[in-house]
Amino acid sequence: MTAPASEHGKSRITAVTSGKGGVGKTFVSANLAAALARLGKKVLVLDADLGLANLDVVLNLQPKVTLHDVFTGKCTLGNAILPAPGGFSVLLAGSGMVEYSRMTPEVREQLQRVIDEVAPQFDHVLLDTGAGISDVVLYTVSLAGQVLVVATPEPTSLTDAYATIKVLASVQGRRRIDLVVNQTRKPGEGRAVRQQLQHVVDRFVNPPLDSPVVLELLGEIPLDPAVRDAVHQRRLLVQAMPGAPAATAVVAVAVKLAG
Amino acid sequence: MQGLIDALVDLSSRDALTGLANRRAFDLALAREIDRVARSGEPALLLALDIDHFKRVNDSWGHAAGDEVIKAVATALMDSVRPMDLVARVGGEEFAIILPNCASSFGEAVAERIRRRVEQTQVAVAPGQQVSVSVSIGGAFAPQWVRSTPTIWVGRADLQLYRAKGQGRNLVQLEPAAVSVVSSEEKRLLYESFQVQDHE
Repeated sequence: MTAPASEHGKSRITAVTSGKGGVGKTFVSANLAAALARLGKKVLVLDADLGLANLDVVLNLQPKVTLHDVFTGKCTLGNAILPAPGGFSVLLAGSGMVEYSRMTPEVREQLQRVIDEVAPQFDHVLLDTGAGISDVVLYTVSLAGQVLVVATPEPTSLTDAYATIKVLASVQGRRRIDLVVNQTRKPGEGRAVRQQLQHVVDRFVNPPLDSPVVLELLGEIPLDPAVRDAVHQRRLLVQAMPGAPAATAVVAVAVKLAG
Repeated sequence: MQGLIDALVDLSSRDALTGLANRRAFDLALAREIDRVARSGEPALLLALDIDHFKRVNDSWGHAAGDEVIKAVATALMDSVRPMDLVARVGGEEFAIILPNCASSFGEAVAERIRRRVEQTQVAVAPGQQVSVSVSIGGAFAPQWVRSTPTIWVGRADLQLYRAKGQGRNLVQLEPAAVSVVSSEEKRLLYESFQVQDHE
């Protein structure tokens, strides 16, 4: 891959994380990437969910080369970057990455090297992290300039998103965290979730900090049966059903992220 | 010639009054330590220290006495850390200590030992006139595995130092360990008002 560096020289690296699993993090990453690609951006999604990668499942890809091969020197980084259906590029972890589900100095060095090398070649790099707040997730997020937390209005998701925000604020000094609320059941629910999280952050996280943590709502994605259909067909929603409410909501998030 | 170069390098990294590492040497050591922590995952503690009521010493006994206090504190700090730790004078009455490979369970004890050692120090500020001196200490551990920045790390330690000052001085205040645990009070606040909004 000998693409010229983007006009900004360095791409914007965004970690997509969630706290709780099963809230649609990988769905958001993949469709957001496709929507960004449609806006004319050069986008790479890196499957950083090293232990339990499933970006390949979402995209219906059977990769022959993965991040694992790059780490072990079996193939070059350029050869492991694959075209995805949505007009963006992916770097897949593959199931061989289970052995990397614990952070070791080697994995850190490798990840850092990979990201340093790919970043200048793209306008946007999305790091699809694993769920939870493990050291792997924290390390991956630390490589990104901005962090996007995906949450649903469920109490368990709210709690885990809040815990993630808390840790990122204290350990990484994050002061701005982007939020996408997925599976909303009525318009404005995303705003309510953001407000609620911000309220508790203001009360329990912000007081001892030098400057407050601010949550920015990038958008809400409504609960939409089309999402399930697209996932079952193993197609990208923004491609398969671009007119679906959830698809237009993802595009709106992309516009905000690109802006 | 090499001896002269070594001597000059040493000179340029030392604080003239105390012989401690100066700001420049501290910045270099801190960057090195951040790199090491990111690679090795070993814990490291950064302490920010400030002499309590230093202005009073200067105002009451003059600047020469102030210098004696700074020197005495420097000696006390050097006496209470391991050879591998770096003690630096980073400002007028401000010090910083980098403690590599310091487990978080020992942080409080180490900082407390330093604070007590300074507290026991008596400084002669005039013939037959001794003053006691104390420091406030703030501390923060480097996030393991994560490449932090000097600004963030120093900022976190400084923040704890302000808290120690605010709580009455001659105190140690370490940044609480990052808790990912969400208390029941936080949970209640997270859900309760959300449900209220739900019914609106």
